[in-house]
Amino acid sequence: MFQDRYSLAFKLYPYAHSPDQDAAAPVRHPVIVVGGGPIGLATALDLGRQGIPVVVLDDHEGIGMGSRAICFAKRCLEIADRYGCGEPMLDKGVVWNLGKVFHDDRKVYEFNLLPEAGHKFPAFINLQQPYFERFIYEQIVEEQKKGAPIEIRGKNRVDGMTVAEDHVKLDIMTPDGPYQLEADWLMACDGASSPLRSMLGLDFEGQVFQDSFLIADIRMKTSSFPTERWFWFEPHFKSGASTLLHKQPDDVWRVDFQIGWDVDRKEELKEENIRARLDAMLGEGVEYDIVWSSIYTFQCRRMKKFRHGRVFFAGDAAHQVSPFGARGANSGMQDVDNLGWKLGMVIRGEAPDSLLDTYDEERIHGADENILNSTRSTDFITPKSKVSHIFRNAVLSLAESYEFARPIVNSGRLSVPCVYDGMSLNGPDALPGGPARTRPGASCPDAPLGDAFLLNQLGNRFLLLTIDADAPDSLTEDGVAVTRLALSRDQDPSGALADRYLGDGASAVYLIRPDQHVAARWDSYDETAVRTALRKACGKE
Amino acid sequence: MAKLITTPNLAHPDDFYAKLIATHDGLTEDDSMALNARLILTLANHIGDQAVLEEALSVAKATA
Repeated sequence: MFQDRYSLAFKLYPYAHSPDQDAAAPVRHPVIVVGGGPIGLATALDLGRQGIPVVVLDDHEGIGMGSRAICFAKRCLEIADRYGCGEPMLDKGVVWNLGKVFHDDRKVYEFNLLPEAGHKFPAFINLQQPYFERFIYEQIVEEQKKGAPIEIRGKNRVDGMTVAEDHVKLDIMTPDGPYQLEADWLMACDGASSPLRSMLGLDFEGQVFQDSFLIADIRMKTSSFPTERWFWFEPHFKSGASTLLHKQPDDVWRVDFQIGWDVDRKEELKEENIRARLDAMLGEGVEYDIVWSSIYTFQCRRMKKFRHGRVFFAGDAAHQVSPFGARGANSGMQDVDNLGWKLGMVIRGEAPDSLLDTYDEERIHGADENILNSTRSTDFITPKSKVSHIFRNAVLSLAESYEFARPIVNSGRLSVPCVYDGMSLNGPDALPGGPARTRPGASCPDAPLGDAFLLNQLGNRFLLLTIDADAPDSLTEDGVAVTRLALSRDQDPSGALADRYLGDGASAVYLIRPDQHVAARWDSYDETAVRTALRKACGKE
Repeated sequence: MAKLITTPNLAHPDDFYAKLIATHDGLTEDDSMALNARLILTLANHIGDQAVLEEALSVAKATA
């Protein structure tokens, strides 16, 4: 009756019989999250921290094996930090800045991410997905101790669902047999092959790429590689049409071989065959252990809509991209960041139901941007026609000697947060000379404030950030409270705050959303304008 | 806005044409295709303007 689909890296929430299973009628919960991956757990954490009762149903009892997602971007870490678990990720993760691109046996060029100073988090860290999930889980436990109403039920598999206008009913299978639950709101975070999506008969369309990739995570015994990202196009060692080498924590290196579409998976996954590829690449006498291996294929596609009445899809269940550019888990975390506060406000009666439609508007925009970027990377890495292959190699040949061709080389455009330009929650951009990077719709860039950082003081609520501008310390508009964070250039010796938030202006007033995105900005405080922008940002205009 | 020049702009068209063909001398068909690709990319970077480049792409496609 219960067969595990995968083995666990960490068993965290063993099956326990819930009183709900013995109830005469299905028990109703405010929010049920289906799926205990990073996106489901983060959703539970976001809502639980707001005091909203949430039940997570996972058909396993913990975190699955395998490194899978390894590259976590700045914005994703900032979101995790807002939830309280960003720092352990940074401590455990590997920070890298240097990337090298090879073609055949030649180095084409190298690049440095040249991180901008004055941010708490780097552009990226490499961290095996099970660690990322465990840090989120550990934060859930911390929040539970403080009273956050989060419950995770292991070995609770959803086998059926009925969607009504004002609730959802679930048929759940457990080792003790079936039971039913109802939810006011349902979050489907059940992964790329989302059973819930299938149960609702919903579309999931896009492009399938006919190529397979073999992942080998190896622990070096006798040698080492630098903490850099190395990418080969058509490598001389012939272990794949392209190859990626990337460092992870615990002295483990990720090696990713592009091995073609028509492969015998079972044959390719035999240790001796994996070792043949690795040995050709690493050379004689290099000793290593294979920690984990897998073969994957991918699609670039999304659902037409992420919201279906009382059901929301997030993460891979809603959209899928190629792995090039680290846009999978990173974009899923932005989904959670986007929906968490909106759902919280609607459940508390602070905002209308229509606010939830903007989850579709904003995150479909994000998904489309990610799909576009990752499709372009894929087309460059795996050319689909002879002429495309010729142009790709022409770019690589030129890039070896000429700087102009290097920006065209695309081994993955690394994930940056999307800006919700022109979307319906945005208010005015009334800061003449204000920096483009902090225009309405953008996520707030970090800046140093003495020994602390700006972002740690933003988020979780609506906030009025003033820089050398007067404003009241708080105001309330139609039940929504805004508090002020008053800053001054005097607190900004590095000039980063002025550079990122003032531009050519002398003073600024920013209305900032609970997800640390800019809702509107002005050069000075105007009560009517702020109240109007706040109503708009809550979906009330 | 910059516009694609579609009137004569080469001072010595015969000289350029002869040089273009001579550059391909002795190359296999594949090597010639690769050379053309490098040439297009190099010229595209020199032009820089996306609107002009798209106009050039349309001209090339429409006159086939």
